[in-house]
Amino acid sequence: MMLEIIDGPLSPKEILAQWYDEEYEANYGAFIPFVGIVREEDGIEALSFDIYEPILKNWFDSWQEKARQRGAKLRMAHSKGDVRVHESSYIAAVLSPQRRAALELIDAFVEDFKANAPIWKYDVIQGERIYAKKRSTPMNGAGLLAKKD
Amino acid sequence: MITIEFLGPIAQEDITIEANSLQDVADFLQKDPKLSPWLDSLAIAINDKLTDSLDAPLNDGDRVSLLPPVCGG
Repeated sequence: MMLEIIDGPLSPKEILAQWYDEEYEANYGAFIPFVGIVREEDGIEALSFDIYEPILKNWFDSWQEKARQRGAKLRMAHSKGDVRVHESSYIAAVLSPQRRAALELIDAFVEDFKANAPIWKYDVIQGERIYAKKRSTPMNGAGLLAKKD
Repeated sequence: MITIEFLGPIAQEDITIEANSLQDVADFLQKDPKLSPWLDSLAIAINDKLTDSLDAPLNDGDRVSLLPPVCGG
């Protein structure tokens, strides 16, 4: 499975080792992983995530098709629920025959992930779950329902 | 009847209304003081497919999902 949703924190050592084991004989010349780690800031104990999986899957599939057209492949794992500080909530990776395509894809993919993947983040402070509104981005096309006739 | 589904941080149960287009959904939600502040930041999906047209037709049983601003990672 190229897109994995996992309850709670990710284990980067296990996930990256598994991906490497599954891919290293596939003749990709470049494997670029990105590991997101929850930072300790503003007194948070953890981050917490909601995911809407049907649209996340569609979004991921459209990126997989873009990668495929360049002979590359994407893999991604993301947490749902709580992830404590210094644990990992997000791992993405690109595998590609070519270094340049791999570097460009991981950049564009991670940026679009932040802007358009249907995932909602909450700060957990003293056990309370608070929507990280200021750090969130309206998805492409947002605001449709605010329009008047 | 169509169902409006509120995703992520919007604390609102599903609502079922009569609507023939997304414009009808917009008209309905704009009248709700609790929901109207969200509207300019919501992306919209019909049956899990994102849409960018208020003229998108709705059929009986359709599900309209409202997606507030996102922040993965």
